[in-house]
Amino acid sequence: MMEEKHIFSILVDNEPGVLSRIAGLFSGRGFNIESLCVAETTDPEVSRITLVTTGNPPMIEQIEKQLNKLINVIKVHDLTGTEFVQREMALIKVVAKPDHRAEILRTVDIFRCKVVDVGRDHYTIEVTGDEGKINAILSLLKPIGIKEIARTGIIALFRDPK
Amino acid sequence: MKLKGAQIMLKALKEEGVDTIFGYPGGVVIDIYDELAISDIRHVLVRQEACAVHAADGYARAGGRVGVCLVTSGPGATNTVTGIASSYMDSIPVVIFTGQVPTHLIGNDAFQEVDTVGITRPVTKHNYLVKRTEDLAGTIKEAFYLASSGRPGPVLVDIPKDVSVGVADYKPSKKAKLKSYNPTYNPNVKQLQKVVELIKNAKKPVIFAGGGVILSGAAKELTELARKTQTPTTTSLMGLGGFPATDPLWLGMIGMHGTYRANMSTGECDLLMGIGVRFDDRVTGRIDAFAPHAKIVHIDIDPTSIRKNIPVTAPVVGDCKTTLSKLNQLLNKEKLGDLKKKRKKWFDQIAKWKNTAPLAYEQKKGVIKPQFVVEKLYELTKGEAIITTEVGQNQMWAAQYYHFDKPNHFITSGGLGCMGFGLPAAIGAQLACPDALVVDVAGDGSIQMNIQEMATAAQCNLPVKVVILNNGYLGMVRQWQQLFFDKRYAETCLDFAPDFVKLAEAYGAVGLRATKPEEVEPILKKGLFSKETVIMDFQVEKEECVYPMVPAGAAVTEMLLT
Repeated sequence: MMEEKHIFSILVDNEPGVLSRIAGLFSGRGFNIESLCVAETTDPEVSRITLVTTGNPPMIEQIEKQLNKLINVIKVHDLTGTEFVQREMALIKVVAKPDHRAEILRTVDIFRCKVVDVGRDHYTIEVTGDEGKINAILSLLKPIGIKEIARTGIIALFRDPK
Repeated sequence: MKLKGAQIMLKALKEEGVDTIFGYPGGVVIDIYDELAISDIRHVLVRQEACAVHAADGYARAGGRVGVCLVTSGPGATNTVTGIASSYMDSIPVVIFTGQVPTHLIGNDAFQEVDTVGITRPVTKHNYLVKRTEDLAGTIKEAFYLASSGRPGPVLVDIPKDVSVGVADYKPSKKAKLKSYNPTYNPNVKQLQKVVELIKNAKKPVIFAGGGVILSGAAKELTELARKTQTPTTTSLMGLGGFPATDPLWLGMIGMHGTYRANMSTGECDLLMGIGVRFDDRVTGRIDAFAPHAKIVHIDIDPTSIRKNIPVTAPVVGDCKTTLSKLNQLLNKEKLGDLKKKRKKWFDQIAKWKNTAPLAYEQKKGVIKPQFVVEKLYELTKGEAIITTEVGQNQMWAAQYYHFDKPNHFITSGGLGCMGFGLPAAIGAQLACPDALVVDVAGDGSIQMNIQEMATAAQCNLPVKVVILNNGYLGMVRQWQQLFFDKRYAETCLDFAPDFVKLAEAYGAVGLRATKPEEVEPILKKGLFSKETVIMDFQVEKEECVYPMVPAGAAVTEMLLT
């Protein structure tokens, strides 16, 4: 069966141990977590987890059901197959030798990113977008030399009807 | 009213109707024990903490209510893990209270500190660390509600010492309500209508029922459904007693050691109705060869059980009792016709299977056959005893040769397969049903896992009976070694065993022994009808195997018969 990537948006009780229940569920049942983002919502008692996973359709069905079964999980949305917006942010520390600087800045410009830190021989670039955009800029910067990278993982929300 | 945490706890337990706690004291629960000493809640002192959970499990199953345990932090808590895991796999409502080091020491590697909530997270339905005395009563309310509602299961409450010593206002909590927890009891009627159509069109239907039927108290509804629709019925190990074994529609147990006709029926049927089951691998055998010609109905309260292991034609999420009684109502409106006549060919086929390979064993002169002991046990107790088992051959022979007509009479560690379960579970069952005859069918290996609980039984004057089918081996593993490993009996021979008669006597119990077939009945009579705790040591055929057997990885219809 075809493996598909799914983005789950999960509302949970904002209390200690909840993340470990979710992580434990995934590791215990052999499901895969590709990325995971957690933060409080406007209601301080509720957090939103955005979780990206891959699996065949029965496995995705099990993941959704098993998440729902956890007592601290309030609501589970499988965003895949619906209208939604997704963003990811990355901080990329790229080697910036004098003869590469212009090219880096041009790339930053094209991708509408920002240079947020400059050192003697590096730039740190902030890039926001969907996964594809981040992967694209990474592939352009890679030949120049990437020193370090930090990615947030995907956050996503339903698109409300217009 | 200001009360100490320990007092609040006991008040909250009284509110839940708790009258018995299984436990073992220790440093951080000493305040709770101090209150318990002047409470009218009965405390049963087990001799090892896993047994507190097994006993609470047996108590819950036999008595149909939540079992309760109380243990200390650290080793007390870690010892409970096996018991909790067993209750979790079998969905048994148990609430476990563990002591914890004071909140200011948590995370400091304090004496007898472990991360109990972390360790037990994967084997509990839910668990709590109570951080303030004010939260204690509400948490206990939630714990009992969660343990006993929906798909039941163990819930653990970890109580730091300062929480049980601290003082807070106490008022009885209102009904627990959790915003994110709302089990589905009522089935979708459209789905049920689909089931009705499937039943009407079926030529070769089979009902396969499981522990869910016992847990929701749906045995009556199940029996009504089977008889109304003239559907041959099998159950899993956990479902034994959910359908009367003396009914002509009874197929016997399904699965790895199921009867020939039950397993063959699933291979041939055109409709399989799974009710309160989870299609465990010990039932299905090779999954792609399971019920290959059948449309499958699956009724269960837990949505995760459905389509976890097998594809389903008509999934129904709902409580077994509610769902079956609705289904029966719908069927009452249908003209089903003379189903007995319509299904004659199917019944004839099943009868043929029954005659081809009935459950049987060969008697041998001068040697006690283990199956014979269970048969005699069934005869002498008229099928009315509560049977607990250990795990292995003893468990399978009890399941095959004791025929259960009523639910809550067969208590076994089905999912976890936990040796050492039977004796403490029998203690729990006896406390829940003081007038019942409670018998632990054991092996000489399993019984030694928790033999220390003889002290608990003797101390509480519980007339629990232990029937040891003593073959000097870890019999089930030996059987696998005989069949699949060229009889290399690696570490399965229990050359050295205690004298169980003397051991019983050492615990202040009665010890009896039978070595010849003709001694079986008199020894059983003497033991079963004694008012004391009794161990009966039956020295049985050493290398007897449990048949039928579906080898691991084979289809359920590919059985070894001898």
